[in-house]
Amino acid sequence: MPKKYHIPVRQVPPRFKAVGKGTVLDWGEGCLRCTRCVKETCPYEAFRNRTFDDRSLTDTIDSLCKNCFRCVQGCPRELITKAMNPEYNLLGDSYWTKEIITTTWYQAETGRIPVSGAGYGGPFKGPGFDSIWTDMSEIVRPTRDGIHGREYISTTVDLGRKPLFLAFNAAGELTMPVFPLVEIPLPVLLTEPDIGVNKSKVRLIMAQAAQILETFAIIPREGLTSALLPLAQHLMPQYSPGSLNLDDPVLGSVRIIELWDHANITADIDRLKGRWPNLLVSIALPATGQATERCEALAGAGAEILHLKADNHAQGFAEARDKHLKDLIREVHLRLVKAVLRDAVTLVASGGIAMAEHVAKAILCGVDCVAVDLPILLALECRLCSHCQEGDDCPVDLGGIHERRGSQRLVNLMGAWNNQLLEVLGAMGLREVRRLRGEVGRAMFAEDLEREIFAPLFKAPPGSETLERDPN
Amino acid sequence: MSLLAEKIYTDEGPVAIGPETTGCRFKNPLSKYRVIRNEKKCTKCGRCVEVCPYEVHSWGGQNILRRPLSYRCLGFKCQQESFYCIDQCPENALRLVQNPNYRSFGDKRWTADLLLSTWWMAEFGTLPYTDLEYRIGDSGGGFDQMRFIFPREFKDSKLSHDEISLDLVLNRRADGRPQVKLAVPWYGGGMSFGSISLHTMLARTQAAVKWHTLTCTGEGGYPEALMPYDDHIITQVATGLFGVREDTIQRVRVVEFKYAQGAKPGLGGHLLGDKVTPAVARMREAVAGSALFSPFPFHSVYSVEDHKKHVDWIKEVNPRCLVSVKVSTPTDVDMVAVGSYDAGAHIIHLDGSYGGTGAAPDIAKKNIAMPIEYAIPKVHQFLRQEGIRDRVTLIASGGIRTAFDVAKAIALGADGVVIGTAEMVALECTRCYNCESGRGCPRGIATTDPEMTQLMQVEWGFNRISNMYYAWVWQLKEILRRLGLKSIRELVGRTDLLVHLDYYDRPVEDDLRRGATLKGQQ
Repeated sequence: MPKKYHIPVRQVPPRFKAVGKGTVLDWGEGCLRCTRCVKETCPYEAFRNRTFDDRSLTDTIDSLCKNCFRCVQGCPRELITKAMNPEYNLLGDSYWTKEIITTTWYQAETGRIPVSGAGYGGPFKGPGFDSIWTDMSEIVRPTRDGIHGREYISTTVDLGRKPLFLAFNAAGELTMPVFPLVEIPLPVLLTEPDIGVNKSKVRLIMAQAAQILETFAIIPREGLTSALLPLAQHLMPQYSPGSLNLDDPVLGSVRIIELWDHANITADIDRLKGRWPNLLVSIALPATGQATERCEALAGAGAEILHLKADNHAQGFAEARDKHLKDLIREVHLRLVKAVLRDAVTLVASGGIAMAEHVAKAILCGVDCVAVDLPILLALECRLCSHCQEGDDCPVDLGGIHERRGSQRLVNLMGAWNNQLLEVLGAMGLREVRRLRGEVGRAMFAEDLEREIFAPLFKAPPGSETLERDPN
Repeated sequence: MSLLAEKIYTDEGPVAIGPETTGCRFKNPLSKYRVIRNEKKCTKCGRCVEVCPYEVHSWGGQNILRRPLSYRCLGFKCQQESFYCIDQCPENALRLVQNPNYRSFGDKRWTADLLLSTWWMAEFGTLPYTDLEYRIGDSGGGFDQMRFIFPREFKDSKLSHDEISLDLVLNRRADGRPQVKLAVPWYGGGMSFGSISLHTMLARTQAAVKWHTLTCTGEGGYPEALMPYDDHIITQVATGLFGVREDTIQRVRVVEFKYAQGAKPGLGGHLLGDKVTPAVARMREAVAGSALFSPFPFHSVYSVEDHKKHVDWIKEVNPRCLVSVKVSTPTDVDMVAVGSYDAGAHIIHLDGSYGGTGAAPDIAKKNIAMPIEYAIPKVHQFLRQEGIRDRVTLIASGGIRTAFDVAKAIALGADGVVIGTAEMVALECTRCYNCESGRGCPRGIATTDPEMTQLMQVEWGFNRISNMYYAWVWQLKEILRRLGLKSIRELVGRTDLLVHLDYYDRPVEDDLRRGATLKGQQ
């Protein structure tokens, strides 16, 4: 059995108080001065522990209050009111919701899986990844108990090209070249977000975290400063078209590089391989309408790793802008399966991977692993306010974080994600994440359930006048 | 005893049960609107007390006006009424505003309206007369997109509530084991001692006794305090086997095998060390303060044959009990159901993925296994194709919040349902999601902390749950009456009586308050 993968999580408190969901308004006017004020009997001692946070200039009660409403309902003069915190309501956007942002902060702080009682309170289903439910096993199929460490579930994946067969000569010697292959114990790469401030600090944090996690940080070549070189084994420098110089000394110290796709890329790779035969190459390509065809062509031409990039909301680009990453992945995966190339090439996807469940669902749709971007910033307490894009100051001083604390928070987040991935795999009864790839039979898609179950029950038969029922 | 009563049909004959008004435990019930009285302007003339028919205003003694009971206020729609206190106040001392609290509780499945209307039902047993939505949440799918189509002319408008039966029989196998008949088409889901307080357990159990139904111990042993109610208890055999003894299995009429639960399908249970108090530890034969894991799955069951061995074991230990098999909703839930029937189960209990009361990883609650709305028709139809639908009782749970959800689940193909969160809401759960942390529920429901437990007394809780049951019975009977059905059993699988708004674009209104003969209501 391989060495058990362990992610060292350690509590790292945030520098800024998390934005609380609700705010507590209490009016002193009319207070009766009860001998036992509801503020003293708060089960979370929120009123006792509240302070004024002079960094964020806010009352900390917003993050201490847990919305039990005991004080609101107990004050004899109804002087205490809970209201939604307007700052909380403004967090994020339709995709990077406030729930995602706050739960990412929690995971980065604690390294723990978010757990709560009282069932699920969200929408029935949603677009994209929210239209997939993962399967579980019961009675006839064994599950795995990975999370409590009682059964081993592997989350290791391979990066690189795999031969579909081996050829030997009469003497039993291999007569074909062996491609380089790199294993990562977590099916997640870190890739540089397109927003943020103090990128050199963020890159250092990514690289340190990649080293601890034994994965890779994808960083533009021009951002690879000497400070990062000691971590080169866990870096994947990215080259824009035309910028690859075979004499670049970095090529001698890294294991994988990433090239942006362009018309002559196969010639470029051939030249590169001539000089650096053991260097793996990932080809990054935008998820446009041509991506499927392009992936097939590149895989056919010998590509090792294909990195399909969607936008920050997991949507494709250009003709494919109305398509969700999950559908684009399925298209590419199926095309490669049909072309008998799927097992030869490694498929990576990025853009809009926001939660642990997205890792499982993207793999289930057909990738080998994912690359995350914005959650890196969220782990560093980013609020996705986009002030940085407008040239304004970062409200959480993203660049000011100590790199060790930052990388530990990122490690914590990935630790929590890995445990959640284990939960999902365990429930499905899978022993390793490699087997999840493209296993759509282990998932339930909302559109299939609607078509198979609800449509026959509720859809009016064709030609009939909606429904021959008597409405009110 | 109030004047309201609904007749239910029990083994001992019909019984009429009414609600017992039982108000909020806290000083200030939460509300959608808020009536504010300016004490400086108010001359205590009592005009507001005179005009308001809903008792928002009341005297608390000579020359003392109580604070307005805002949750009873009609809200802004009262403006057109002659009794609108804001206009009637000669001193302009009253104001009506939307309560800012209203925006800060509830979620997509349990909206603030649904919580407030369930609290209303738990207080009075009636439907709220205010504009609260009491039938559906805001999840945008499943039950929340389904509506009943009531015929304009009632097929049998003479049908009265007394003629309508809601009973549910649990043994359809004709295997010589006793019949268990419930007077209402639901029973209480498994919640263990440890995850909820003994007060909560007793309140649930006493409500089950009163309404001639059952409630379940969950996986946490069989507290002695429940023993007087053996005939209304389902005891659970789950993967941790906590507190399972021959004696506990022999006490009851129904034993439930928990293979999986909707809150965390495919995952084991985990009771945090904080909640393993000495009392909990004793019950579970464990050590106080150390976390308890229930593994997943039963490591002795990997086939239908193993499963049968399990069921046979229980049947052998208790020759008079029925066996329920609680499973979650994977893709092959229909096969699991048939396998469970073959193994000898009387009841197949499907627990859908969105429900549950206990602590569970968020990723599991949201993502693993399918919602119950899909699973019910899938299993119902498959059992019918296999020719065994009449020989097994199909129970659904996992997100049954309202009487309308009960009716919809049954119309989709279930015989009855199991509820959990709705009872917690009747006990004034606000769904803060902190059941698991520290000392447990800050409102004294899901906790074993001695001080927190005292926040709620058994009789109060019993009345609240019982009142909600009353409101549900009234609504179910009213739904059946409007559909011209005399028994809830006639509703099973009647998807033709439902529409789904994704497939239906005409206006549809199934509010029971419109055109209701409000007998039994006000």
